[in-house]
Amino acid sequence: MPTLRPTLHLDRLGSVIAGLIGLALVASPFVTYRANRIVSGEGRLLFDALPPAGAVGTILVVIGVALCAALAHRPLVRLAAASLGLCVIFPAVGVSAGFVTPVGNTFARVSPAIGFWLLALAFALLAADALTRLRLGPWGRLAALSIAAGMLALLLLSGAWSDLSLMKEYANRAESFWREGRQHLWLAFGSMGAACLVGLPLGLASHRVPALRAALLQGLSIVQTIPSIALFGILIAPLGYLAANVPLAAALGIRGIGAAPAFIALFLYSLLPVVANTMAGLSQVPADVTEAARGMGLSRRQRLVQIELPLAFPVILAGIRIVLVQNLGLATIAALIGGGGFGTFVFQGIGQTAIDLVLLGALPTVALSFAAAIILDAIIDLTRRGGHDRD
Amino acid sequence: MSTRAVTFRAAALLLLVVFVTRPQLFAFAFVPLTANNAPAIYNQGSLLALTLSHVRIVFLATLASTILAVALAIFVTRPAGREFLPLSRSLVNIGQTFPPIAVLAIAVPLVGFGEKPTFIALFLYGLLPIFENTLAGLTEVSPRTLEAARGMGMNAWQRLWQVELPLALPVILAGIRLSVIISLGTATIGSTVAAKGLGEVIIAGLQSNNVAFILQGGLVVALLAVLIHDGLGLAERAAARRLGRPLDEIA
Repeated sequence: MPTLRPTLHLDRLGSVIAGLIGLALVASPFVTYRANRIVSGEGRLLFDALPPAGAVGTILVVIGVALCAALAHRPLVRLAAASLGLCVIFPAVGVSAGFVTPVGNTFARVSPAIGFWLLALAFALLAADALTRLRLGPWGRLAALSIAAGMLALLLLSGAWSDLSLMKEYANRAESFWREGRQHLWLAFGSMGAACLVGLPLGLASHRVPALRAALLQGLSIVQTIPSIALFGILIAPLGYLAANVPLAAALGIRGIGAAPAFIALFLYSLLPVVANTMAGLSQVPADVTEAARGMGLSRRQRLVQIELPLAFPVILAGIRIVLVQNLGLATIAALIGGGGFGTFVFQGIGQTAIDLVLLGALPTVALSFAAAIILDAIIDLTRRGGHDRD
Repeated sequence: MSTRAVTFRAAALLLLVVFVTRPQLFAFAFVPLTANNAPAIYNQGSLLALTLSHVRIVFLATLASTILAVALAIFVTRPAGREFLPLSRSLVNIGQTFPPIAVLAIAVPLVGFGEKPTFIALFLYGLLPIFENTLAGLTEVSPRTLEAARGMGMNAWQRLWQVELPLALPVILAGIRLSVIISLGTATIGSTVAAKGLGEVIIAGLQSNNVAFILQGGLVVALLAVLIHDGLGLAERAAARRLGRPLDEIA
């Protein structure tokens, strides 16, 4: 037991993280300076990237976190150290952007470099490990997520990052950023909603009719196998035909290229998890429970609404979690066929080899999927727990 | 497997092979989709070569991720790596919320256009399902089985090779299958960063507004993915059967 040893005991994982921090500090540039948006840049080590006092302070904090990672064992201490580290380097990279950019130069771009990303990775690993060991309940995880989201919002709204290239890209296209964001959410959530409307009855029907089950699951799993852009491509042909020949379809905004094939593809991908989990949830309701409900004189409909669906709910939610995380990611590809969404910036960025533009599209997508996964996992835990309390 | 299932698979495979080697035979079906005398069949490269390089990059990336992911999963389930187990579990969960396209897009500015960013994205993203499943397979081996193996005088190495890995094999294979399917899709998107692959056909169609290209690209990729998925599924079932387990135990 490490706690019984009075002497220093190195934590293996912590030592790896400390090594990562050391590598970031000594050997990797903290920010990259470029004369304009597209040319390749030069790296600046942390010491040259900040005003001297700030640089010394940041380096001391970073070294302190590394020592904590290697030597401290209590998860709370490690979490505190990791959070302190993150709270220092995130604003620091913003300050550094202002410091490195020559006064009055509006073409120069400063981006976080490998050293910053390594530090962020190391601190995030330390925090993730501490949070895992703390075994937070669902409310605790939601609270941790809200704190992280709040800090991020503070960072973005305070303007601390406004000199960074990423935020300059955002400032140049703030309006389209929010428009594509709304489109992204509409694609992901809209197709999920449609899949629930269709998938829940389908799951219920195939729970009741075994003959339907095998055929439906097999068909849907074939759809799931088809890569997204191939499915978009396959849908473009019939939708284009529909738009050209059915005036109503064209009036509804259905076109071969655009949001319609993306929406339909996401909907098709979403069906399998919803149907399969509805079926799995319903089939794990114990037979004696439904038997008892029948004995109490509940009708078939009452049994379904009051007994079976509530008991199957956590499993159905688990299917919805899969769908949501999957859709938020896949909606990025919609941009390739003119469907909009954050992918627009990713593909524009690839085209212009502008990494900050890529990040402008990729980071919100990752943040959304990450938050969706944590929130839905917490809700699933809460509904499971609620079910047990009633037992 | 019923005769019908065998015939169906053989027919699908034959269709794919004939399509990529002799696409002109199918031109009649795609002509109605073109406008202004645009070509009905992809003419900027051979479909066969694109298919082969598509499969090649997926195979190489999956091979690399399988080796690393299985090694890592073995490491974190040994006494020496226990401290890394909780974190690696959460990392896999977090990692899967990253869309593969984000990994691909971020790799481009770092390593340039071409095969490299695609390989990196396929490799990194492919690690997750294999690692997760290997971990699940290894941790689900019952302690009693391991105790029995120890009682028979097996050392740690023998227990791993002769007991744990064979028992975990069907689950590991399921992870590899998932990883291959994701990679086939990501490799298709890889064509946006100039990797040679079937995505080229779809993208060329999107750029020249030629629905025939888009459709045939989509169909070839889809057929390829479905066949590979199915073939790996057969391998999984064979591995499960060797252990004498019913099919539904492998999820």
